[in-house]
Amino acid sequence: MSARAEAPALDRREVAASILARRGDALVVAGLGAPCFDTAAAGDHALNFYVWGAMGSAAMIGLGLALAQPRRRVIVITGDGELLMGLGSLATIGVQRPDNLALVVMDNEHYGETGMQAAHTGLGVDLALMAKGAGFAAADIIRTREQLHDWVPRIVGAAGPLLADFKVTTDRGSPALPPRDGPVLRYRFRQALLGDQVALE
Amino acid sequence: MTSDRTSWAEAVHAILRDHRVQQVPYLPDAGLAALIRLVSTDPAMRAVPLTTEEEGVAMAVGAWLGGQRSALLLQSSGAGNCINTLGMVSECRVPLLMLVTMRGQWGEFNPWQMPMAQATGAVLAAMGVIVQAVERDEDVAPVVAAAARLSNNTYRPVAVLISQRVAGTKEFGK
Repeated sequence: MSARAEAPALDRREVAASILARRGDALVVAGLGAPCFDTAAAGDHALNFYVWGAMGSAAMIGLGLALAQPRRRVIVITGDGELLMGLGSLATIGVQRPDNLALVVMDNEHYGETGMQAAHTGLGVDLALMAKGAGFAAADIIRTREQLHDWVPRIVGAAGPLLADFKVTTDRGSPALPPRDGPVLRYRFRQALLGDQVALE
Repeated sequence: MTSDRTSWAEAVHAILRDHRVQQVPYLPDAGLAALIRLVSTDPAMRAVPLTTEEEGVAMAVGAWLGGQRSALLLQSSGAGNCINTLGMVSECRVPLLMLVTMRGQWGEFNPWQMPMAQATGAVLAAMGVIVQAVERDEDVAPVVAAAARLSNNTYRPVAVLISQRVAGTKEFGK
């Protein structure tokens, strides 16, 4: 395999923290593995839904949420491996075109939780191009901090659907485990979003 | 041989309306065509075509987190695609109504439909889905209504398997 012209250089925790510092009242879905930990490291929040399993699901959870809450921003933070498992969801989202949905991909070009095996994203597969082909309003590969700073306001506010694929290093950051009990996570999310009465009905 | 699919489709559509179902992710099936048409033209519902069935399971979780109910429409061939994703529904105790039209049973012609169809109830049940089979046209509406109540009231996935006898047997070479 030939050496890459540009090795991923962004810090995933800095990417997550930069976006989530500007989240406002956004609803956040975090995909399994490191994206859950990145999201938790930026500060736990009742409107974070951490998906500890169901690999491939994060983007579609985001679509259901975005259609149910069209006035709220929905930010999905996922990994390249997870999005590769659910590529069809790009087509499904592209057809629905929710303008309040942004997909943030922490793309380290590897399966980081299972031994750092190479992922397709490091071998020529471009998720941003795929999102554009599926009809996303905008999508890009992001390699520098300057680009990160340009993209943060778009992720939290520009018309979607958007896909921002951040090329991050394989550094996983310090441990940051969010809550993991499913009924607790879904209850507190619904309580924060919909209120006590709806959450308990 | 083929029942009047439109009659139960109208009744099921009315039940979905009564239960305030607003998102209807689906993969097409001939037996679901009439219901998909009704949902697609109902301004109170959003019919969402999927590329694979597990997308709809995940979407239903997102919809419910956001305060909307959903119903997932699929053919039995796609039930297997949902399996790992259904683990999230069971773990999080999320209401999920699945309407599954069956292949591979009543008068099936295509042997390749048989393995997944015959395993559909067992694999769904293995993932914690409550499975309720319907064999007769007049039972479709009451079973779907009961399944919707069960799912919403007890926060669990419920699948209604609509027999090929009711949904219609696909005819080949005609």
